[in-house]
Amino acid sequence: MSLSAQSIEDAKALALAAIESADSLEALKVAKLAHVGDKSPIARANQHLGTLTPDERANFGKIIGQAKNIVAAAFEARTRILESERDSRVLVEERVDVSIPARRTPKGGLHPLTILTNEICDLFLGMGYRVAEGPELEAEWLNFDALNLPADHPARTMQDTFFVEPLDSHLVLRTHTSPVQVRTMLEQEPPIYVICPGRTYRADELDATHTPVFSQVEGLVIDKGITMADLKGTLDHFARSIFGPEVKTRLRSSFFPFTEPSAEVDFYFNGRWIEWGGCGMVNPKVLVACGIDPDVYSGFAFGMGLERTLMVRHGITDMHDIVEGDQRFSQSFGSGVQ
Amino acid sequence: MKIPLSWLREFVEIPADLSLADIEEAFVAVGFEVEGIEEQGSDLTGPLVVAKVLSIELVEGQKKSIRYVGLDCGEAEVRFVICGATNFAVGDLVVASLPGAVLPGGFEIAARETYGHTSNGMICSARELGLGEDHTGIIVLNEGAPGDDAIALLQINDAIFDIAVNPDRGYALSVRGLARELAASLRVSYRDPAQLIATDGFAINQSGIQVAIDDPTAASIIYIRTLQGFNPAAPSPLWIRRRIEKSGMRSISLAVDVTNYVMLELGQPLHAFDAAKIKGSIHIRRADRENEFKTLDGQMRKLSPINLVVADDARALALAGTMGGLDSEVTESTTSLAIEAARFDPLAIAKNSRFHRLSSEASRRFERAVDPALAAIASARATQLLMELGGASHIGSATAGAIPAMTVISFDPQYVSRLLGIAVPHETVSANLQLVGCTISKQSSDLWLVTPPTWRSDLLTPSDLVEEVGRIIGLNSIEGTLPQGRSCATLSPLQYRKRGVAQYLANLGFSEVYNYPFVNQEMVEILGFTGARAASFKLANPMSDQAPLLRTHLLPGLLETAKRNLGRGAKECAIFEIGSVFRDVTKLAHVSPVPTTSRPSAETIAEIYASVPPQPLFVGSVVVGSLDRDGWWGKGRAFDWSDATQMALSIIELTGNTGVIVQSDLAPWHPGRCAEIQVAGKAVAHAGELHPRVLEALGLPPRSCAFAVILSELPVVPSKSAKPIYTMPAATQDVSLMVDGSIPASKVEAALVAGAGSLLESITLFDRYEDLGDGRVSLAFTLTFRAHDRTLTADEVSGYRELAVASATKECGAIVRA
Repeated sequence: MSLSAQSIEDAKALALAAIESADSLEALKVAKLAHVGDKSPIARANQHLGTLTPDERANFGKIIGQAKNIVAAAFEARTRILESERDSRVLVEERVDVSIPARRTPKGGLHPLTILTNEICDLFLGMGYRVAEGPELEAEWLNFDALNLPADHPARTMQDTFFVEPLDSHLVLRTHTSPVQVRTMLEQEPPIYVICPGRTYRADELDATHTPVFSQVEGLVIDKGITMADLKGTLDHFARSIFGPEVKTRLRSSFFPFTEPSAEVDFYFNGRWIEWGGCGMVNPKVLVACGIDPDVYSGFAFGMGLERTLMVRHGITDMHDIVEGDQRFSQSFGSGVQ
Repeated sequence: MKIPLSWLREFVEIPADLSLADIEEAFVAVGFEVEGIEEQGSDLTGPLVVAKVLSIELVEGQKKSIRYVGLDCGEAEVRFVICGATNFAVGDLVVASLPGAVLPGGFEIAARETYGHTSNGMICSARELGLGEDHTGIIVLNEGAPGDDAIALLQINDAIFDIAVNPDRGYALSVRGLARELAASLRVSYRDPAQLIATDGFAINQSGIQVAIDDPTAASIIYIRTLQGFNPAAPSPLWIRRRIEKSGMRSISLAVDVTNYVMLELGQPLHAFDAAKIKGSIHIRRADRENEFKTLDGQMRKLSPINLVVADDARALALAGTMGGLDSEVTESTTSLAIEAARFDPLAIAKNSRFHRLSSEASRRFERAVDPALAAIASARATQLLMELGGASHIGSATAGAIPAMTVISFDPQYVSRLLGIAVPHETVSANLQLVGCTISKQSSDLWLVTPPTWRSDLLTPSDLVEEVGRIIGLNSIEGTLPQGRSCATLSPLQYRKRGVAQYLANLGFSEVYNYPFVNQEMVEILGFTGARAASFKLANPMSDQAPLLRTHLLPGLLETAKRNLGRGAKECAIFEIGSVFRDVTKLAHVSPVPTTSRPSAETIAEIYASVPPQPLFVGSVVVGSLDRDGWWGKGRAFDWSDATQMALSIIELTGNTGVIVQSDLAPWHPGRCAEIQVAGKAVAHAGELHPRVLEALGLPPRSCAFAVILSELPVVPSKSAKPIYTMPAATQDVSLMVDGSIPASKVEAALVAGAGSLLESITLFDRYEDLGDGRVSLAFTLTFRAHDRTLTADEVSGYRELAVASATKECGAIVRA
């Protein structure tokens, strides 16, 4: 083939026409083979450059180069058009109903008592309290005697407390988490800042508001100069964190053998005062039984039922829902992720 | 205790403008919870009058007795009404509501035609007037005249406070005590009813029945006052009856009503004996010479020598402070009385009451300590009333014992401010202590000698006094602060572990439950528990005989709960629990009594701690149903033994530990589908499919699975140094081996790992065939190798593969499959 400007111009026109008329990616592929590839007229013309004089070579090289670029650009443009046509067609065909349920992991959930316990522990961890735990089957001395509940105290009857056989094993299912407080005082020098969550037992029949197996959280602080005002401030903070910033608390004088003065703490929620738990300044007799000098240290303690807290906060009206283990109950609370 | 406001007003100057809510708040402020306020008469409007029965005519032809009654209501005309009650006769005084009256419940009285007559009103029962539950008949009066306003006569309009009294405040189980508290709270004046009673008119002499305290630990003081000439037919006046009824007790007879009235007013339980039935003198002693005793409720009670009784020279007359005896009871023919007023030891009465499961108005007060000064006063007051109302005359009084001296408390008034955290001036401290009845002798500015009043034997220490001052100031006046001390804390590893495992399982679709740890023997047997898991603690007083044992494992509760879920219509169930179990009953140590007056010795503390059995923390789960459900995508897949095993293994790996799976056959799992997982050679978990017989016995679907991991047994793994992440290309080699079917895949895998060398990055079992027909199985693994510094060549990795295979051949007899 002889090289001429016209022949290159013709080959270019032919190539552009073929690219332009390709109506599918397959047809374009054929056009590419014929007009863009190594065997295309323009490519072959390029191979002839070597036979030319340097002047001609420069001249034709330029012409061929321009033609190649134009054809390549046309090919790219056509490719993009055809690809995009194909994509929209195929993707339309692949459309699905995204609203149908996926084959996902079935729904699980933490028991809300766990969520609440974690929340409370985190609150107090932030204030520097350690989370202290202890055995549920507990020595009578730690559950009662050390807490100024002597052997003949009414709380120690079989009507209130679960004992295990034989009775002279002196083991009870703990009636509160207070033995954990005693253990802490026996094991650790003041200052003591602990929060004690856990399961507790009292011989009450299960009904809408009572359960023989329940959960408590207790707090204990022993340090120099601890006052009842510190107790009140701590309870205020606790109540606001659990029930919302608007919540108020009040202390009502009461009686517990292990605190003196003793008080009930109520909180004002949804327009009424609700009993929350007991509290007070640790009775010096308890400090003495644990080897802490009441002339140097003072302390406060408080304790609440978690089921009751949960019932009030979440509007749970029947204790059975909390204790029966219906998976729908835990599922409705999710896993506590905020 | 129920207490009518009208009675309180007799001793407290309650300002007229105070609402019931204000009074309630005043009680609450000083520590007395108001459990309810009943406003009697608030839903009753008259006319309600006293009427005299003039005539009674039986209406014929009715199934029940219907009477047409003529009444004198103080009007010009006789008023006729229809009445179904029969407990009255001509001449009786009754209470009639006249047309226009509205009775509780919105019941409007009008003239109406009934039983062929016009009924012009209604004769009322106590219940119809809202005065109580008594509806056995209509009210018959001993007082009043026809036409009198019955609302006033019956003192109907009143507010009755129901007040919870804490166990340390026995004195407040009385009008006297509660009036004092209310007056202190309101800062208004108070008259002590005990001080209004003269005791000097009743001489102590030898004329009446004499008394002795044989056991001085049982009572500190007792009075016996003997009366004669009592008219047993004398009725209780309305003012006594109504106050007793408003306080929640029943009117019985004048003698009994008077003792109850005085008890309610002062707080001193009294007992009235028929003096004619007493032989010789009265003794307070232990029941050491009789076996049984009939109380006035007619019950024969077995006596224990620890019981305290009031006896005469011959026999027990009363279970002291708890209940009187049937033999010496006051009857309709009693004309001579012995009134007993004692101050019993609270513990002795608590024991009496508990031993006989008998709680009475008297025992409730004695248990909570009665003011010893009241014995003389209350018995005098009762004597006065019986003389006035029953025509009796006082023969003589006897007494034994004495009012014990109160504990004098050395008190630094500054202690109040130090403990409460608010500034309380000394004047406030002394004023408030005096309000509750204390007397103060000021030695110096920081030493006061405080003597509590006789009714406050609970006040023994300085902190008791702080409580009193705080109570009267109002604990609510304390402004909250936060402790100023510093401390730091984090969760313990086990606490982090518990949270992480719970969160992991919840996120994977498991629902957390909290089961009661009570189990029955039948369940233990169904599950086939043996050894430590069959040796449960037994409760001495279980909630139900159905479940007297403490759990040794989480599975019993989880299985019951799974069943409950399925029973409620759940198609699938995946539940877990994290909780303690109770084992090791053999270790029961017997700790001798340990005093609490000082810290026990290190040895004693160790002994107490050792007496408590270890209670390992488990996570357990029961799964019924699918891992992957059937759906639009096609068939799902059941949750099977391998998933259960993987869950247990994953939990172990979550804690940074490495678990080794060992074939096991532990009950209640399927003996061929139970994995034991070991960490450092110790079994820490079991998982797999449950035994078909267990599932059948419990009514659970076949192939249900379970796993349990002892969280407290898993070692805490110290944080590891990070491994470098190599970025050179990995090279994989597949190997297919045949081994005898008895060889666990885990052993083959371990052998391959051991032989493959240090460049092995991971190994995965990707296939397993069983039906080779010769008892052998084919196991196919992918081995992935990577070097940190170079691209591995095919030759090099196939060399490692050969080494791995050689190791598997040596350890497990594995042969490369052609």
